[in-house]
Amino acid sequence: MDMWLGYLTLILQGAWITIQLTVYGCVFALVVAIVAGLGRISRFAAVRWLSVAYVEFFRGTSIFVQLFWAYYVLPLGGLTLTPMQAGVLALGLNVGAYGAEVVRSAIQSVDAGQREAGIALNLTRYQRMRYVIFPQAFAVMLPTFGNNAIELLKGTAIVSLISLSDMTFQAQVVRAQTGNTAIPFLTILVLYFAMSSVISFGVRRLEKRVGRGLEGVRS
Amino acid sequence: MDWDWAFVWQILPTLLQGAQITVVATLLGFVLAAVAGLLLAVLRRSPNKLIARPANGFVEFVRGTPLLVQLYFLFYILPGLGLTLPPLAAGVIGLGLHYATYTAEVYRAGIENVPRGQWEAAKACNLTIPQTWLHVIFPQAIFPMIPALANYLIAMFKETPLLSAITVLELMNQARSIANYNYRYLEPITLVGVFFLVISLISVIGIKYLERRFGAGAGRGQALS
Repeated sequence: MDMWLGYLTLILQGAWITIQLTVYGCVFALVVAIVAGLGRISRFAAVRWLSVAYVEFFRGTSIFVQLFWAYYVLPLGGLTLTPMQAGVLALGLNVGAYGAEVVRSAIQSVDAGQREAGIALNLTRYQRMRYVIFPQAFAVMLPTFGNNAIELLKGTAIVSLISLSDMTFQAQVVRAQTGNTAIPFLTILVLYFAMSSVISFGVRRLEKRVGRGLEGVRS
Repeated sequence: MDWDWAFVWQILPTLLQGAQITVVATLLGFVLAAVAGLLLAVLRRSPNKLIARPANGFVEFVRGTPLLVQLYFLFYILPGLGLTLPPLAAGVIGLGLHYATYTAEVYRAGIENVPRGQWEAAKACNLTIPQTWLHVIFPQAIFPMIPALANYLIAMFKETPLLSAITVLELMNQARSIANYNYRYLEPITLVGVFFLVISLISVIGIKYLERRFGAGAGRGQALS
């Protein structure tokens, strides 16, 4: 019994790494998504092209390849990352590229009349985006962002392959030490499922809050 | 960091072998995802709660957990139950079942888009339930789904590198073993990235075409004429 308790501690330590990766990755992805998403609809062609290139590149190659590239190839260029940094970088940039498309389409889905009303009220370009358009678009983005966050959580498992001791890595350690496969893997499957349930529950709560007062605005 | 073309030409044949396995795994996995997804979608619609609930639970659980862990699970657990699969088969099953839970959603949306009147008309014509599905609902539901299914085909293609973790010798695994053997990471891993990027960019064009051809509204009502 004591032995299993020890192994459980090991897996829970891994769970903590997984949670950290997910949280940092989500924050980074959110920032990247908003910047690249706004870049996609910029007035300046150069910014638009840069954003398109970023989105297509990171959506077009697999997260696995990006992670290996960040971990093994970047050091050759003089930029050495810890596994954690490489993981957050790759996950954030990958999911951020998917998020950028969500941001773009949500902003474009806001009724043109809102923008015109902003102009009529003499709001600056920044004020229109910050106080009128973005808050409405954000409510549209949230459900998809929730799905993206779950994809990111699932993506963190890949980081075990560059020797970061996340939950999947620890389960492998337990498997190697005990020879038992079913118990460690079932345990982490349940833990992953619990984490993704927490994310989808949290996003649904947030949706209600952000959507408050917008019922009449959207048809 | 200097790019060595001679090395690239030297490793290209090995990488292409890996690419073949990648394509085979993607296609087989997609066939499984397309069939199992349809089954899941129909089970989830069942009026019998004892069927619909477990199907729902399965979909939620598989979608909420990482493919990599599911692959490990299949690969290490099944031999213990007396079913030893070659790595590629385990990989295809894992990939296929994982994406079946996504295609099930596509089918659900497609089926719900068939107007209610079609169900009622089928009933009025005294068609049995299998006849209704086979001759009335599916033929109308399937074409609008094609672009979304193609999207998942590409998503699956990009997930195949995960199979390297369970020792399938696909593209990424070949690249990694070349890299470890020669201690050169730049060329193999970059080439894999380029390979995926090129295929994805081509398929983006393909999907745009499919969307125009089969997407929402296109040719609806003419499909059967």
